[in-house]
Amino acid sequence: MRHEVRFSGYGGQGIILSAVILGRAAALYDGKYAVQTQVYGPEARGGASMGQVVIDDEPILYPEVAEPDIFVIMSQQGFEKYGVLAREDAVMLLDSDLVRSRPISRYCGIPATAEAKGTLGREIVANIVMMGALVTATGVVSREAIERAVLDSVPRGTEELNLKALKRGFELGERACNL
Amino acid sequence: MSRVEFMQGNTACAEGALAAGCRFFGGYPITPSTEIAEAMARKLPKAGGVFISMEDELASIAAVIGAAWTGTRAMTATSGPGFSLMMENIGYAAMTETPCVIVNIQRGGPSTGQPTRAAQGDMLQCRFGSHGDYSTIAITPNSVQEMFDLTAKAFDLADRFRVPTFLMADEIVGHMRERVTIPDAVEVTRSSPLAEGSLPFEAGDDGIPGFAPFGSGRSVHVTGLTHDERGYPDTTDPEAHDRLVRRLVAKVESARREIADYEVVNPDAETVFVTYGPPSRTVQQVMRDRRDDSIGHLRLRVVWPFPEFALQEFGNAQVFLMPELNMGQMVREVQRHVDQPVVSIPKIGGELQTPAELVQVLEAHR
Repeated sequence: MRHEVRFSGYGGQGIILSAVILGRAAALYDGKYAVQTQVYGPEARGGASMGQVVIDDEPILYPEVAEPDIFVIMSQQGFEKYGVLAREDAVMLLDSDLVRSRPISRYCGIPATAEAKGTLGREIVANIVMMGALVTATGVVSREAIERAVLDSVPRGTEELNLKALKRGFELGERACNL
Repeated sequence: MSRVEFMQGNTACAEGALAAGCRFFGGYPITPSTEIAEAMARKLPKAGGVFISMEDELASIAAVIGAAWTGTRAMTATSGPGFSLMMENIGYAAMTETPCVIVNIQRGGPSTGQPTRAAQGDMLQCRFGSHGDYSTIAITPNSVQEMFDLTAKAFDLADRFRVPTFLMADEIVGHMRERVTIPDAVEVTRSSPLAEGSLPFEAGDDGIPGFAPFGSGRSVHVTGLTHDERGYPDTTDPEAHDRLVRRLVAKVESARREIADYEVVNPDAETVFVTYGPPSRTVQQVMRDRRDDSIGHLRLRVVWPFPEFALQEFGNAQVFLMPELNMGQMVREVQRHVDQPVVSIPKIGGELQTPAELVQVLEAHR
């Protein structure tokens, strides 16, 4: 089945990296097909950033995202630009402290940035917390695959922190996402 | 052991070049091609090669031509505005029969246009953009895997035919990430060496002279002026010019079948899509969704020299449909080779034709 996942937040949160990690998990470790694309506008750090992934069991022919069925939104601006377009049967994970609005689709709020800053001590892993919650909530890739893809993609020396963030995300997803 | 990666198209292009033995890159970064230069800057020195960040695109292609004449596989990568600046020296490369690879990650034009958006707007420029008569080879990938495979292939074609060879990709395949298999080694075909007793620009039946790069022990005079078989200028004799330029064109055009690389799906179909690059993926999507044998598809991986014989494989064709990311460029080439109507499905602005858009045109023409 074809899934279209769209990530949005502000530049600097690791939005594009999240999309790359998810694509990598699907394509290299879950035996699926994935195409990752992103908006290459003149957005700078702080502006709205967007990355997306198509995941399918079959080879992906048309590579662009038409109508995402899964959203991960990590800023109010990202919600206003991309999240508002979510159709009713889509699933949205949003950072509950950074996004004020709520969509018409099914959604769950994850306090990813607060959790990263507080419990984990590093705000920079908020995107990995979201990724963990996304995997629990949607099963779009397996936990094993996302773990390996995260380990491939993070700087040396931060593996433990990122795995902790991912696992915290799994837990928060289980608790908050009854979709 | 080959390795499997989840990689961006531009990075795969650099990997393909390295695997094919490219050891020189001269370039000037420009969106959306910059990741190729970045990857080459990181990797070439470790592979014993040379990366030079040049002052502009005129100098970039000049450096590539110079490096190629030392017998080194050489390339540059650019996009629209830089491609335009390279035109004069691309003619020089054609005239001097310099094997080199020019990658164009096409973006919206004219001028600086849309730096971050895809287009196929330079498809005629890569064939006719420099002044005078000449012929080149142009290749059009539609996936990250083909960014690797066809970049490697471009080096072989450039060497075999001693001609500047273009990888005409675009922002879509340049920036998307997909799974790609990177083999340990790719087979490499090099230019035939200049035979003992042959003149540097003397060619046999195939029209391709043997190559004696600088340092190979032969003294060769290289000029953009019309020259004789020795390489010396001969600029007023009509016959000398006619003989040289006709050979430069014929060595590529007469090898069209050998160079051709295309896919034919449903050759008995009446309605036939003709594509190259990413629009081919929308057509493939439509065909998979509809499972309809009356739709055919000709997908070109090499667009120049144009393989007009591929169109004849669709014996029952009533109409050809041609989606391109421009206002209708290669469609003109298809039109002049067939009697059936050829419908252009142009799209500009940076987005790929959607399956629904193609279905609409399909329904209107059957």
